[in-house]
Amino acid sequence: MAKERASAPPAGSIAPAEVAHVSSLARLGLTSPELEKLAAQLEVIVAAVGQLSSADTSAVEATAQVGGLRNVTREDVVAPGLSADEALANASVKAAGFLRVPAIQ
Amino acid sequence: MSLLEEPIRELSRRLRDREFSAVELTQEALARAEELDPALGAFLRVTPELALAAAAAADRRLREDPSSAPILCGIPVAYKDVICTKGVETTAGSQILHGFVPPYSATVVDRLSALGVVPLGKLNCDEFAMGSSNENSSYQLTRNPWDPERVAGGSSGGSAVAVAARLACATLGSDTGGSIRLPASFSGVVGAKPTYGRVSRYGLIAFASSLDQIGPLAKTVEDAALVLTAIAGQDPHDSTSVMAPIDGFLGELRNGVKGLRLGIPREYLEVGLDPGVREVFEQSVKTLEGLGAVTQEVSLPTTEYALAAYYVIAPAEVSSNLARMDGVRFGPGFPGATTLKDAYEQARHNGFGAEVRRRVILGTYALSSGYYDAYYLRAQKVRTLVAQDFDRAFAEVDAIISPTAPTAAFKVGERTADPLAMYATDILTLPANLAGISGVSVPAGFANGLPVGLQILGPYLGEATCFRVGQSLEGEAAVWNRLPPLAVAAK
Repeated sequence: MAKERASAPPAGSIAPAEVAHVSSLARLGLTSPELEKLAAQLEVIVAAVGQLSSADTSAVEATAQVGGLRNVTREDVVAPGLSADEALANASVKAAGFLRVPAIQ
Repeated sequence: MSLLEEPIRELSRRLRDREFSAVELTQEALARAEELDPALGAFLRVTPELALAAAAAADRRLREDPSSAPILCGIPVAYKDVICTKGVETTAGSQILHGFVPPYSATVVDRLSALGVVPLGKLNCDEFAMGSSNENSSYQLTRNPWDPERVAGGSSGGSAVAVAARLACATLGSDTGGSIRLPASFSGVVGAKPTYGRVSRYGLIAFASSLDQIGPLAKTVEDAALVLTAIAGQDPHDSTSVMAPIDGFLGELRNGVKGLRLGIPREYLEVGLDPGVREVFEQSVKTLEGLGAVTQEVSLPTTEYALAAYYVIAPAEVSSNLARMDGVRFGPGFPGATTLKDAYEQARHNGFGAEVRRRVILGTYALSSGYYDAYYLRAQKVRTLVAQDFDRAFAEVDAIISPTAPTAAFKVGERTADPLAMYATDILTLPANLAGISGVSVPAGFANGLPVGLQILGPYLGEATCFRVGQSLEGEAAVWNRLPPLAVAAK
């Protein structure tokens, strides 16, 4: 496991360029004014959640799930699902039983 | 007096006795929605044809075999718009799902339909259930029926208001950090957030999968218990759903609170409670003590970090869950986009509102390389501490009581400019989601004319105890049947 950072980055350290990068990763397509506004808000929120660094978590494992269920499986049998028409019914563009999207590049 | 003001058990008896039909009851519900909802904005869409057809079917069932018809047969309900309904548009309050007509229904909808309930339509909510006021819906504002200048609470605001204004007998909502309990408190109705896994999430449009639960909102504790009994239980379509007894919800409802140990978390009283809320809470404590409950202080020391942990974990899950909202399989699409990335960005930019963008960004940031350990991993460790706090408390007490929220309903627009102020609305509700335990909000009184809820938290699978405490308070507080001003119909 990677070494834990001692603390969150200091407040005021989030540049619009960094928000632009994250926006691109998340495919949000934000405009410059939107990025600036979000960068300012993100700074405040990240500073607030940064208080997590002062919680003493040295003696606990991270929660992976809260229910306590283990190894939930089912019989490996084929069951009816949605038909292709049903699965495609909400798609904005489709052709010959497929979803249609623009080329990657 | 409207039929919609009566508890479900009474309505069910009268339906069976043929005092009126399910069609007549449904017509009354539809007429109330038509008259009252324009000022409230609870419904995103009403489905009169489906409702009347279901009511007619319920009438046949009640006529043919009244003694074996389920208690919910013929009872009008409605669903939060994050719950998929086959053939009925489901938007989650978002433009990116505008026009989406699910090809299947959520398990909870199928279960209620099989019992003969009457589906009235779909209820407004914050976009993808992200919000505490319903102001994040991209379609409309839901107003508080006690004061239309105030918010309904969120994110299941439409679900709470439809019950408070007696437009539906019960509704379903979803609760990720308080989204059932908070609007229930603000609107003066009962709202139950079941234990994680108690109710199938199949067909619930995901917000944060490790925190989300579907639950009922209703006028009375018994009505909420009746609906939860109907929707709870394991589902092969949701591998996180659990098999566990449900007979206690109704079976233990009237056992009273004599000798029951109730914990009052010291930290929950230190979050800047509104004086009126504190007063109602103190009165509730006295009432429950008068009925024989034994109260004691408990400590949940991780409370100060719970909000921060939640606002890392929930957005992290949002950033992952909402990746599927790309305009390809559903939504208005991406006309004119020339590359796939453009298509995604166009669909998501046009489709997501400010709060959803904020959380996707926050979650993507918290999970991105270099920040994962400082934020997500640490938040999941704090989550363990929150759960351990509750484990320790429930070793000493049977249930924990507190106000549901620090304040009563706030003014429309009051917190929209300050995300952190909005997030803090959930400070008393979200720890239960982090720990996966059960919680119910019950109307406890009024502060300056606005409803105030008592939150009862129970241990894992401890809903029966929550309902039992809620039932005891409901009997004494005598507020459940008070009608809000905007629920009064001319006809």
